[in-house]
Amino acid sequence: MILGYAGKFLEIGLSEGAFKDVTFDDELLKDYVGGRGLAAKILCDRLIGEWEELDPLGPDNVLLFLPGPLTGFFPGGRVCVSGKSPQSNGVVGSTVGGEFGVELRCAGYDGVIVTGQAEKPVYVFIKDSDVEIRDASRIWGKDGKETNTLLNKECRRLLSERYPRYGEWKEPAKLYIGPAGENKVRTAVVVAKWTHAAGYGGYGAVMGSKNLKAVAVKGTGPLPEVADLGKVRRMINAVDKSAYENVLWRRWGTGGGGYSFAAKSSSEPIRNWQEEWHDEKSYGVDQFENRVWVKQSWSDFGCPTNCLKIAFVKSGKFKGAITDNPDYELQAYLGPNLGIFTPEEDVFMASLIDDLGLCGIQTGNVMGFAAELFQRGILSKNDLDGIELKWGDTEAFAKLAKKIALREGVGNLLAEGTYRAALKIGKMKGKDVLQYAVQSKGIGIGAHGIRSGKDFSTDIGYACSVQCGDHTSITDLPVDGALGEVWAVFNDSAICCNFSGGFGLPRNLKFDFYNAVTGLELTRENWGKGGGLKTLQIQRALLLLGGPDLKWNPKVHDDNPSRFYEPLPSGPYKGKAADRTSVRESVQEYYQEAGWDENGVPKSETLEKLELGDVDKALRKLRK
Amino acid sequence: MLVPGADFPHLCAQCEDYPCVEACPFKALSISRKTSAVLVNDEKCTGCGKCIEACPGRIPHMHPADKKIVICDLCNGNPQCVKVCQEGGWNVLKTVTRGEHPYRLYARKPEEQTRSLAIKLYGEKAEEFI
Repeated sequence: MILGYAGKFLEIGLSEGAFKDVTFDDELLKDYVGGRGLAAKILCDRLIGEWEELDPLGPDNVLLFLPGPLTGFFPGGRVCVSGKSPQSNGVVGSTVGGEFGVELRCAGYDGVIVTGQAEKPVYVFIKDSDVEIRDASRIWGKDGKETNTLLNKECRRLLSERYPRYGEWKEPAKLYIGPAGENKVRTAVVVAKWTHAAGYGGYGAVMGSKNLKAVAVKGTGPLPEVADLGKVRRMINAVDKSAYENVLWRRWGTGGGGYSFAAKSSSEPIRNWQEEWHDEKSYGVDQFENRVWVKQSWSDFGCPTNCLKIAFVKSGKFKGAITDNPDYELQAYLGPNLGIFTPEEDVFMASLIDDLGLCGIQTGNVMGFAAELFQRGILSKNDLDGIELKWGDTEAFAKLAKKIALREGVGNLLAEGTYRAALKIGKMKGKDVLQYAVQSKGIGIGAHGIRSGKDFSTDIGYACSVQCGDHTSITDLPVDGALGEVWAVFNDSAICCNFSGGFGLPRNLKFDFYNAVTGLELTRENWGKGGGLKTLQIQRALLLLGGPDLKWNPKVHDDNPSRFYEPLPSGPYKGKAADRTSVRESVQEYYQEAGWDENGVPKSETLEKLELGDVDKALRKLRK
Repeated sequence: MLVPGADFPHLCAQCEDYPCVEACPFKALSISRKTSAVLVNDEKCTGCGKCIEACPGRIPHMHPADKKIVICDLCNGNPQCVKVCQEGGWNVLKTVTRGEHPYRLYARKPEEQTRSLAIKLYGEKAEEFI
């Protein structure tokens, strides 16, 4: 057994109400590590034969909660949520912060695999090796904050009844869904601790489709044994030190972005990306700090960065709203993207989105899309169930968000996400509205535009990504270049937090860290040509197989949303846009480097070299 | 934390009247001459949990594998939790000399502590979460 692993995975069959331990070969774990890589491999091995017919919201999808071997050691614990995505119909490795991964590994598991569908709402309670599927009918329908409170109470009561001499139990770590997940909204998230979410992919809807309200876990054992404890300690100190030196990051988190990504780099979504520049100083992070932050430092277990802040609206119309920070993505997507430029209103929107269990990025994207259609007169007040969806009208957007989470009226249409809603509205209105959909292969683009060329996102960053619009998994040339997707695969597989380990760390440190934990000898180079590339090929293959409702044609869909080709209308980079010809060329160049044919399908020789024969077989029908 | 954001370290408050030591039927707990912290004699501890019941904050913790009680011994005068908190620049934990501190004020159960911290952050809204 490789060191750094607990040694077993928990498989829960919800249809039968049964569970068992499963294991994977060392060789497989060496290649795919954990988290996103392992998720891609498990899904491929189990489901590639039936992938195109597999309904991501049906009982046959496999839902995965996978930490990695670095979870609990690398400062800032995260866990990866995956499965067949109801957004892209491919596989997205969506990571979320919190203690879930750490508790799970202390309970003796390297991950949870959920299959089938429960007959009625349930939640799973794991205490070390005691696993229980419990009735969740009391919690079903509750919002995020209520769910968190009810689960805390119930689980702590159970623990103190069962282990009366233990002392006070710290509450278990939980992943849960809000009403949006229960209603299988494609922009629903898997939530932790009120405000953390695994957003990209839409796995909240997958949990909902399985009638799984939550998973709670308490582990009382130690973390797995590591190969070189002294070295692991030194590496933890090195990461901590580097994080401590990042003064601005610790003070503001990503919250500095709400102003700077607009005013400085012109890459923030404003009114559904019609603009990417603003100079609203009222939206500066200092205003957030002064007006709404009630706590400057909030960390998950072991995190030196504390990029979270707690925002609370103390007075006025939106009094009582609580969320974190908000971070840059939610500042942007639930602020300027909806024409909202007031910290209190942004906090209210983010808090509501958390409670409903929606994704701030995807829901902000689809609501901005709807508002632009209203602006252009394509959607009328009548189409929107009487809501006048004017830019900046926070209460109107709040009403719409609730409708989306409950799939009520027009909410049912928008709950399908931007791309699917655009197809339906296009048909309904007899107009091409896809030009207003700022998304890539079913996934709304993260709040980092490419037109100014001043943000980290590259002009093929979204077009070629196997996680589509995911701004944390963009592509670059060369394939294993500085911003290459293989490094995102490592971060999401091992799992390292992008923020605790993203800045100022020597490039090899994460691999040294992995080697100190596992006792293996993995280099950056080997990852880029081995495990990282394998995962990328599997994710690409499953994305192209797609189905059952939608399939992607690389010639059409490996592209930017058309908005990115319209010149920026304002700001210091006014007039700049992505260039279709050069994007086309870069996409072809990327295909070649990634070992894909001119249609973007992984070549047989590429797959054979990587020992992915089964993937090659499944892709044959796409090569005709 | 029972309420997200309202995190706090649930630490021994160093009571001056030592209710845990008093409560131990096996004389497994004693008082350090150097630091005045409570010391556990693992050989004598039976894991009965009487000290947890006696503690106003229910702070003693049963080691899940050894089934012996764990109580803060102040790391022999150099508490490591304080060290890392200072290193990280949070300055939440500090060492103080024994003196006139009203120690009993700090010995509270997690619910009580969460309640006051959550009310500090969220006002009356906090009542919904506890």
